Amino acid sequence: MKTSYLTAGFGLWSWLATRDHKRIAILYTISITLLFFIGGAAVALIRLDLLTPHSELVSIETYNKLFSMHGVIMVWFFLIPSIPATLGNFLVPMMIGARDLAFPRLNLLSWYLYLLGALFAIGALLAGGVDTGWTFYTPFSTMFSNTHVFAVVAGVFVAGFSSILTGLNFIVTIHEMRAPGLTWFRLPLFVWSMYATSLILVLATPVLAMTLFLIAVERLFGIGVFDPALGGGPLLFQHLFWFYSHPAVYIMIVPAMGVASEIIGCFARNGIFGYRFMAYAMLAIAGFGFLVWGHHMFVSGQSAYAGTVFSLLTFLVSVPSAVKVFNWAATLYKGRISFDAPMLYALGFIGLFTVGGLTGLFLASLGLDVHLHDTYFVVAHFHYIMVGGAVMAFFGGIHFWWPKVTGRLYPDAWARFAALLSFFGFNLTFFPQFIVGYLGMPRRYPEYPPEFQVWNVLSSAGASVLAVGYALPLFYLFWSLRYGPPAPDNPWRAKGLEWQTPSPPPPENFLATPVVAAEPYAYADEDSRSG
Amino acid sequence: MASVLSTVAPQFDDAEQQRAAATLGMWIFLATEILFFGVLFAAYTLTRVRHPEAFAAGSRLTHVTLASLNTGVLLTSSLTMALAGHAARTGARRALVAWLGLTVALGAGFLAIKGIEYRLDFTEHLVPALNFAYAGPRADQVELFFFVYFLVTGVHALHVFIGVAAIAAIAVMASRRAFTPAYFTPVEVTGLYWHLVDIVWLFVYPLLYLVSRA
Amino acid sequence: MEHLPFFPERASSIAAEVDDLYFSWLGLSGLVLAAVAVVIVVFAVKYRAGSQADRGIPDRAAHERATHWIEIAWMAIPLAIFLAMYVWAAAVYLKHATVPADALPIYVVGKQWMWHVRHPGGRREIDELHVPVGRPVELVMTSQDVIHSFSLPAFRVKQDVLPGRYTTLWFEATRAGEYRLFCTQYCGTAHSRMIGRVVAMEPAAFARWLSGGNQAGTMAARGAARFRQLGCGGCHGPNAAVHAPRLEGLFGKPVPLRGGGTVIADEGYIRDAILLPGKDVRAGYEPTMPTFRGQIGEEDLLDIVEYLKSIGSNAPEEMR
Repeated sequence: MKTSYLTAGFGLWSWLATRDHKRIAILYTISITLLFFIGGAAVALIRLDLLTPHSELVSIETYNKLFSMHGVIMVWFFLIPSIPATLGNFLVPMMIGARDLAFPRLNLLSWYLYLLGALFAIGALLAGGVDTGWTFYTPFSTMFSNTHVFAVVAGVFVAGFSSILTGLNFIVTIHEMRAPGLTWFRLPLFVWSMYATSLILVLATPVLAMTLFLIAVERLFGIGVFDPALGGGPLLFQHLFWFYSHPAVYIMIVPAMGVASEIIGCFARNGIFGYRFMAYAMLAIAGFGFLVWGHHMFVSGQSAYAGTVFSLLTFLVSVPSAVKVFNWAATLYKGRISFDAPMLYALGFIGLFTVGGLTGLFLASLGLDVHLHDTYFVVAHFHYIMVGGAVMAFFGGIHFWWPKVTGRLYPDAWARFAALLSFFGFNLTFFPQFIVGYLGMPRRYPEYPPEFQVWNVLSSAGASVLAVGYALPLFYLFWSLRYGPPAPDNPWRAKGLEWQTPSPPPPENFLATPVVAAEPYAYADEDSRSG
Repeated sequence: MASVLSTVAPQFDDAEQQRAAATLGMWIFLATEILFFGVLFAAYTLTRVRHPEAFAAGSRLTHVTLASLNTGVLLTSSLTMALAGHAARTGARRALVAWLGLTVALGAGFLAIKGIEYRLDFTEHLVPALNFAYAGPRADQVELFFFVYFLVTGVHALHVFIGVAAIAAIAVMASRRAFTPAYFTPVEVTGLYWHLVDIVWLFVYPLLYLVSRA
Repeated sequence: MEHLPFFPERASSIAAEVDDLYFSWLGLSGLVLAAVAVVIVVFAVKYRAGSQADRGIPDRAAHERATHWIEIAWMAIPLAIFLAMYVWAAAVYLKHATVPADALPIYVVGKQWMWHVRHPGGRREIDELHVPVGRPVELVMTSQDVIHSFSLPAFRVKQDVLPGRYTTLWFEATRAGEYRLFCTQYCGTAHSRMIGRVVAMEPAAFARWLSGGNQAGTMAARGAARFRQLGCGGCHGPNAAVHAPRLEGLFGKPVPLRGGGTVIADEGYIRDAILLPGKDVRAGYEPTMPTFRGQIGEEDLLDIVEYLKSIGSNAPEEMR
């Protein structure tokens, strides 16, 4: 048997000191999975507590810490690194025919920074938690909260550098290390998505890092530019925070778009409809994403005219998103569609992302947002995007590339079941939240008026289904590592370069540097020839 | 030729690709640095627009002579760094080490002068949250000015410090014959970083020291 | 279906407009979602692997051209719809942002974790807000500590309440009744307990209510007392030796500034003039006013604002 990257070295040290992007991807996968289930445990308690209008399970202090940790962990330690650091790390060099990322040592450093940041966050959790929410609004976070704000902010700050270095690494790699013949418009859309995401990572994260630094300084010294008592501006914090955190949503969803494109092309056996538009759309989303932050602040006290500008720009950014949905649907036209688990996840992604995107238009509408702002409608909307969209696609991607990464096949029937269960569980969890949101139920409330209970019970019931849907893959995927049949090099007959090398790949990815002479997604041509 | 090949990391096809990657990587890093400082300048702008008189009053208390001297020191150090780059390109090893050493000295000099300035600020009770005392009107906002002053100059000084350490490391490498006219990327990218640190100061200096002296 | 509510009550003049926007989006997005779903399902069935559907594309070039136009069409059509909805929603918002001139002012101070409400006539309440039906009400709000948000779902209005400045919110109740009041900006431990109710009353009942309860003098009278007590008249009074602007007739008028430009002397201007006097100095005057930060509470400030409003109309002409 040939040496694969998995068998190229044994022992813990061969992993902890590795510079192989594929091994680093595995390290990330293990760590973010752990964090995902910690963040998930927090929300399990939240949904249980919300079964009744009175906070009977936990105290309101505990509830506040639970939703804060849920947000902090899920956003910064799961969603932001999820697809880029795992699938992106593994696939970017393989998809462009390179032996590794441009800066392998920097890549390993990124993982250690992520780990250090996560340790800060988990340490803060164990020491008693933080109660500011993941948004750290001033002056609450700087002058009023008595919890471990500093440790958590430090953790996110450190993890931010991990993001910056990963983005930098990807951009340089995609620019400089493409295989001979692999021009920009022959790149798979997943690589385009990583490129667009990296631009955001590199250009937005520094703003977050410095803003968090300002919070830490203000907490430490009791003086700062956000303090209204001295004539500082708490709204400045919100501007800076959302200047990062709105693009951060695109850090989560653009990679998901890339994954979905790969899967849909492969299982529809068809070229991606409007390939160039798809690539441009992702760049447009990344670019416009920097101009819409103020739509988080329509009722914050910013001027009404700023509101009208940010609303207009927000509508503009939704056009490329709409284009993407239509193009995925059109890719099915005249295809030869099969419904393996990755495809079910990808189709589920389209549905949930569409609902999330459409409800985003409600929120972009100024007059309507005044009523919806900071209610459960917002909670439902962004979970449809960041969980329904991003996590569905992430799971789809894991199932799609699992045979390549591990060299094993998993039981497809179980995987399809998990995909369907996640889809139904998700909708049952979050659709009622749109309704209770329009009724006016505010976010971050452990206690709520009794007329909202029905919808909360439905939501909690859905959450239990969703939890099973998310936990199932853990079992059969682990099972497949040991008992799964060995995977062929290209089980899906897919077209990307990563499928033209053994499963699992050799340490240097390719036995010979590939040369590219064709457009991506040349499925239709081949299938019409062969039958 | 053998020494050239040995400096190409396995993930790269050739030295040219490696050089291009390192240079692009540094440019992207510089972009992140600009955004880093961008936040500080945004905070500065907002606070100054709200309290123009306090900012003018605060600025009058800064030590503009020392800062002007420092501007000269830093600009000179950019020149010596550029000369180091030229020496690396032409393979003049002794000149390279000398110019790098001079750059380190100038960078350290900048930090030393900055330290003197901070000491004066301290003795004059201008350090917010520590010993700030100001008798004139709008003391709170003047304190806010000094908060921004220490924040911006502090973060900038940290960058100078990192730059000095990096250039010192490069100088040691150069003295051990690590660079040739075909391979001197570290000198180049460190130079880029150093010029950025210099450029940032060219914004910091007028914004903090010259507000009311224009 | 009384126990399974889908939509909140409508009790303000703006509620119907917001609901119209909501139902329009529900209709539009339902349509788009259904269309996408139908297309996907039809294609998924028709072009499933192994089906005998025709997959040939007779004319490549024509297909390419068609693709191009399809892309442009489904960029342009959504854009047109979005822009129309944008204009509509922005119009509702701007209307909401412009306080009617005849609005009845009521003052709100938020603090962890309660709402203090004060009526100019002197009546105060906590976690409750009584308003008349059929008359615009303007809430002038500030916070003593962190950011809060004053949210009335039945009225479809909401506004963040910030420390260090005033924000305003207006509405016109249309139906008498009791409605929920929430704090919607997370503000710490008992955020979910910073709730209350709004009582909308017929005007006559509201007038009766206003004159009931424990009265502590009008806000303007209290403001005048505080004004004297802090010695403001020493500079701003008729016999002042110091060159300071007179305050009669000031409120609501444009103030020329020392550094150029003008501002309207609204609640926020008065507040800043007292707490941050160096910020917007009136043209023709030196910035000699000391700050009263730390010497005056949010409620006292509101009293003084109300006092300056009360002397706003009897201004001698040369004071302007």
